[in-house]
Amino acid sequence: MTMESEGTPAADGTATEVGAVDEAEGLEKTVRGRRIRAPRISTLLGQYGLLIAWAIVVLFFTLLPGTSQTFPTAGNFATILGSQAVIVILTLGLLVPLTAGDYDLSVGFTLTLAAMLVAVLNVQHHWPIVLAILVALGAGAMVGLVNGAFILFFRIDSIIVTLGTGTFAGGLVLLISGSNTISGVSANLVDWVIVNRLFGIPLEFYYGLLLCLVMWYVFELTPLGRRLLFVGRGRNVARLSGINVNRVRLGALVTSGMVSAVAGVAYAGTTGAADPTSGTQLLLPAFAAAFLGATTIAPGRFNPVGCLVAVYFLVTGITGFQLLGAQSYVQSLFYGGALVIAVALSQIARRRQALDTGG
Amino acid sequence: MTPGKETPGGRSGPDGATISPERAPILTVRGLSKSFGGTRALVDVSLDVLPGEVHGLLGENGSGKSTLIKILAGYHAPDAGEIRIRSTPVKLPLAPGQFRRLGMDFVHQDLGLIPSLTVLENLRVGDLAGRGRLYISWKRERLMARRTFQRYGLDLDPRARVAELSAVERALLAIVRAVEGMRRSSAQAHTEQGLLFLDEPTAFLPRDQVDRLFALVRQIARSNAGVVFVSHDLDEVMAITDRVTVLRNGRRVGSVRTAQTSHGELVHLIVGRELQGVEELPREPRRERPLVCVRELCGGQLQRTSFEVHEHEVLGLTGLVGAGYEEIPYLLFGARTATAGELEVDGRSLRLDSLTPSRAIAAGIGLIPADRQRDGSVGSLSTTDNLTLPVLRNYFRRLALSWSLMRRDAHRLMSAFDVRPPDPALPYAALSGGNQQKVVLAKWLQTRPRLLLLHEPTQGVDVGARQRITRLVREAAAAGTAVVCASADHEQVAALCDRVLIFTRGRLAGELAGDEVTKERITARCLMAGQG
Repeated sequence: MTMESEGTPAADGTATEVGAVDEAEGLEKTVRGRRIRAPRISTLLGQYGLLIAWAIVVLFFTLLPGTSQTFPTAGNFATILGSQAVIVILTLGLLVPLTAGDYDLSVGFTLTLAAMLVAVLNVQHHWPIVLAILVALGAGAMVGLVNGAFILFFRIDSIIVTLGTGTFAGGLVLLISGSNTISGVSANLVDWVIVNRLFGIPLEFYYGLLLCLVMWYVFELTPLGRRLLFVGRGRNVARLSGINVNRVRLGALVTSGMVSAVAGVAYAGTTGAADPTSGTQLLLPAFAAAFLGATTIAPGRFNPVGCLVAVYFLVTGITGFQLLGAQSYVQSLFYGGALVIAVALSQIARRRQALDTGG
Repeated sequence: MTPGKETPGGRSGPDGATISPERAPILTVRGLSKSFGGTRALVDVSLDVLPGEVHGLLGENGSGKSTLIKILAGYHAPDAGEIRIRSTPVKLPLAPGQFRRLGMDFVHQDLGLIPSLTVLENLRVGDLAGRGRLYISWKRERLMARRTFQRYGLDLDPRARVAELSAVERALLAIVRAVEGMRRSSAQAHTEQGLLFLDEPTAFLPRDQVDRLFALVRQIARSNAGVVFVSHDLDEVMAITDRVTVLRNGRRVGSVRTAQTSHGELVHLIVGRELQGVEELPREPRRERPLVCVRELCGGQLQRTSFEVHEHEVLGLTGLVGAGYEEIPYLLFGARTATAGELEVDGRSLRLDSLTPSRAIAAGIGLIPADRQRDGSVGSLSTTDNLTLPVLRNYFRRLALSWSLMRRDAHRLMSAFDVRPPDPALPYAALSGGNQQKVVLAKWLQTRPRLLLLHEPTQGVDVGARQRITRLVREAAAAGTAVVCASADHEQVAALCDRVLIFTRGRLAGELAGDEVTKERITARCLMAGQG
């Protein structure tokens, strides 16, 4: 990852564009390049590999003597799907600036800030829950605006800016909470997030699913999604094609700020409380899921559906090991490992694709 | 003087210079040849550079100058030939970097300085990083740098950042750095006869500053070193060199003493054919109305440039390196911001200092940039993605993009523009250079622009695709688009354009139209343009 201002996150974690095909040999190669359209097994494996891996993990814990009693139960699946929707929402928000070519490291702190605002305003100041939520969303948008202002106006690398603003938001959380966990958030919110269920699964899961569908629609079927993609892949190309690159990047950062705030509200609803640190631990899982998700469904591209698959793949594995009695370190092993392996996998995929198309 | 007449070997040099024992050439090149594939880049080239002389090396783009320099720098291995340095034969090919040990150094057009570092750091970069020293006394280094600059009569602050220097100061610094390196290695070889290559160091310098650089070059030559000066600017070559060698199509067509030659003879040697009356012929009056007017355009190197483009017309912009014409397509599209000027397209007036690409597109302007990979299209995305980008609105129906329609139209466009293979799902990067360029052309021509701006449209493109692209642009012009094409490739300009504007140092210096638009005339006008 380069630290230049032009360095943009590619779906494989490198900060470069795909290199050009050697021109002299171009024609012959393009003829060979046609083959990649035929669905070969390796292509299908690349596209659905993570789904298959997920199935294997599920099968493994179902058959393993230590977990065969506890793992394959409706209750456990409901927990897996329901309890992790916060990460799903957070990752989906992160996907927007990543696609537009900017890193947003402030999402974890923004989540915490939103959760804490809901708790402080609702519990300590007795604000109606709806009003508290609106303020939290506004705060998320503010973080995005500040990020965008510094990144675009001063042309600073997004990693640096969002690292700073995120830490600043973390400081605000400690300030307004007095470094305390604040519990007793409105039961209404908790009901609508985790208590009420549809088909036995908490509503929270469906919020994540809905957001995923909306993002898939925007990414795939609207001109806005195309613009976002071009801004991320080739800023010059986008600019010279008449796209207002700064507006798109600002919009992406504000979106991720707001969606992180939504995840924060969901977090407050899931736990019924807000604590000043735990949300920040969700930053790495979100990045791991975003990059792992970019290796599947639409390989090489940050995509919402792949992202959903990646989150649940990771969570299933972690839950299985925890049922086996493993400690919380399993989470760190899983998320940290997944991030690095995902990036490595997509590098291999790229190299193979490059061979296929003659790059 | 008869071009090509040589007496190789013997007592006198190939260029007729008498060689006395005390003035034995620093560099002797005999019969140097090099082919790339089927192209003969250098054919039996011989050259002598004497101590204390500034030797001009002239020729068009592609005449073999760069190949010759790259062989000496150790980038290319020659096919045949012999090189002697201070009368000692050198084993060929040279290893990269070996030139330093032989007492040679090169200053290329880009100068090779790091703008964010200081003058001192740049001056000493190779030395400071290379040696296994424990620590660096910056105070001592600064003192030594000041003394070095004083010796060359320069007033440079070692602590200044290179980015803060003027263009000419940067060039001077790069030359001093090369000379210092050359002196050190010559001293190790117990001689003061170093050899310095200056590869178009003046291209981007303001005219009134060039004298400072020349003073330095003369001082270097007086110290008994040899200087090879590569330039396209005949005025400068006449002013600074003692002798001139001209290459054409890889062959040496002549070496002349500067004092005994003229602009006309040099142009003749460079271009090859005899040209009668390079001055302008009367042009026939145009019938078409001007579709595009550019008024008082300033920006980049350009100063108050005005011109018109007519309906159905392809207008070429060209000049020597550093003339600034290549900025025009970007300035007229808002891709780079002009400082002043006005653009009128089809009766609609735009201010150039506040033009953005989106406004330009709305006014019916399309830009095909030289760097296809960076600016033209995104390699990792499909040709459908790339082609439909400027016209996405047309495909957004009933709340969703119609991908089947997009792919169908992309396929149709690719077939119409002869893109091979016409596969809309293929990543853009998988296409060859020529086909990539056709895709970018299709991307903009489908919007039916009133004004199409091209920069080096056939750079890195094979011959077949080159003809095809030329035809596609001519067809667009025939359909009513006004086309502006900036290119340093005079053959390309001659093949494509109805009328050509010649630029020199940011100013419009001449115009060719009708029968005058030939490769030779364009080149000749570019070379003569500085004279007016």
